Amino acid sequence: MSELLLRVRDLRTYFVTERGSGTARAVDGVSFDLYAGETLGVVGESGCGKTTTALSLLRLITEPPGHILPGSLIEFEGRNVLALPPRDLQALRGGEVAIIFQEPMTSLNPVLTVGAQIAETVIVHERASRRAARARTVELLQLVGIPDPAVRADAYPHELSGGMRQRVMIAMALACRPKILIADEPTTALDVTIQAQILELLDHLQDELGMAVLLVTHDLGVVAGAVDRVLVMYAGQVVEAAPTAELFSRPLHPYTEGLLASVPRLDTPRRRLPSIPGQVPSATAWPGGCRFHPRCPYAWERCRAEDPGLGDGDVTGPDTHVARCWLLVEPERRARPA
Amino acid sequence: MTAPLVSVDGLAKQFPASPTLRGFGQSRPAVRAVDGVSFTIGPAQTLGLVGESGCGKSTVGRSVLRLVEPDAGSITVDGLDVRGLGRAELRLARRRMQIVFQDPYGALNPRMTVRQALAEPLAIHRLAAPAERSRRVDALLEEVGLDASFASHFPHELSGGQRQRVGIARALSVEPKFLVLDEPVSALDVSIQAQVLNLLVDLQQRRGLTYLFIAHDLAVVKQVADDVAVMYLGRLVERAPAATLYSTPRHPYTAALLSAVPVPDPTSRRSRIPLAGDPPSPFAPPAGCPFHPRCPHPRKDERCRTERPALREVAAGHTAACHFATEPLP
Repeated sequence: MSELLLRVRDLRTYFVTERGSGTARAVDGVSFDLYAGETLGVVGESGCGKTTTALSLLRLITEPPGHILPGSLIEFEGRNVLALPPRDLQALRGGEVAIIFQEPMTSLNPVLTVGAQIAETVIVHERASRRAARARTVELLQLVGIPDPAVRADAYPHELSGGMRQRVMIAMALACRPKILIADEPTTALDVTIQAQILELLDHLQDELGMAVLLVTHDLGVVAGAVDRVLVMYAGQVVEAAPTAELFSRPLHPYTEGLLASVPRLDTPRRRLPSIPGQVPSATAWPGGCRFHPRCPYAWERCRAEDPGLGDGDVTGPDTHVARCWLLVEPERRARPA
Repeated sequence: MTAPLVSVDGLAKQFPASPTLRGFGQSRPAVRAVDGVSFTIGPAQTLGLVGESGCGKSTVGRSVLRLVEPDAGSITVDGLDVRGLGRAELRLARRRMQIVFQDPYGALNPRMTVRQALAEPLAIHRLAAPAERSRRVDALLEEVGLDASFASHFPHELSGGQRQRVGIARALSVEPKFLVLDEPVSALDVSIQAQVLNLLVDLQQRRGLTYLFIAHDLAVVKQVADDVAVMYLGRLVERAPAATLYSTPRHPYTAALLSAVPVPDPTSRRSRIPLAGDPPSPFAPPAGCPFHPRCPHPRKDERCRTERPALREVAAGHTAACHFATEPLP
């Protein structure tokens, strides 16, 4: 068993909304473990809390309006991230834990060359000399597959394509050899052929550098090809966690089942897509009981009244398959959707 | 063979060069966003138009409706010579052809309620007396699967899926025959995307609508299209009946595009055809076959670098622009 890097328990990140429309419980009791070298996918639709979860891990939530509730635990290699003094937190961010985002253009400084931005990371975190940082920058750009790295280091972000900019972001993230790379929708803004290149690159880099990757995405196709284990999120909670192959062959939660069925796909004949009725509820007013019950084809009284919980065993062990659903207790009800 | 409802021949649109700003920065050369695109769509049929960002697919959609003014080519929609219409005639013709955009939030007036947004086209085109309008709006809402109570909502009070339903209802309000759907489900979550795709299929059947369905997602297009056309750098590179295009593409770009679409099945052992590099800049398209710098075709040769392959028929209803298109792809 590989080493446990990150332990998250009962993470709750809330936002106090303007105009008093209430508190948005964006992340509402999320627990998982991340092991060295693995790729964990976090999948869900907009507003499910997947990005807020990712940002919370490095305390990148703007306060106010956001805050991580007391009682939440984020532990990186035994250190309590939520109690880290600012200096240590800064060392952690971009050091041992790096993050990349969907839109590299907004994450890069438009008036500095990409090389200068990568070098800055190296200088800040590793106290390297300018000369050494420059050499490392070129090496990193080469590592992420940018042609003519020494020339491209002097390019400004707008001179690069979207795919190249994302490679630059990855190079910057890798500058300090992180143990964890958090990738928040890293390929969503890219064309499909470029997406394929970036996913391949991440896969290859992970093999080479042995880091753990937390891949946040809405795309089940990306999840299927790229991760070892998946957390499915809905309404601020993890509703199902399973090894990837398990999740796709035997989804337990009706939401996962519905999501998988509703994806248009190339590898099956055309058919009318089953869809999940209704809308994702608002984070200021999650439904009571099981949060999925208003959209669930199987829901019965118990689902409206009580939260099923995610099971009391090892929530996120590498091989466990758990789901937040009363059907696990009363499986015979799955046979007859209401 | 019925006559096509939409036929487009030799469509071209060039965006002019941008001069330098008071001598600062570099001037940009003119870009040929659309360069000689021709296609037809039969009545009540759907043509899927796919390609990556910047390939010109949205410009095609807008040019067909003259939302951007094309430079060349002929456009016929439902027997009307669209390019020959004067301003007033064009406005009248808009009743027959409408567009649905990717982001309905940008397409709806934030200060208008859903009812006002849907009643406005009815008033402009004098399709219903004021008293009648309200009833028509309710019927439209019902048709797109929205409860009548949404009529009093403003766009910001709706979810993305609901807004797109309003966008569709607004396009339908003037009872068009032809709809350009420009990435209509790209901004939606998967579960909502399926709802809207099913709605579009139902509306087409009920109303006999003809669609030009523009999208970057080949799996989405597969759900709706009878025929699919693939664009690269302003030109069509392949067109075929959907089943043919998905099973036996003849252009290496189509094949690579198909292989790059992630399949939600971890046991899938599809081999990806890697495409090196980025799509070239439309400001400086490569000579010869515009795809040659990225083309993985094993027989790629000197001819590809110098001679642009014409779009030619390789089987009945199947055209491709590749020097090797007459043979199956290796």
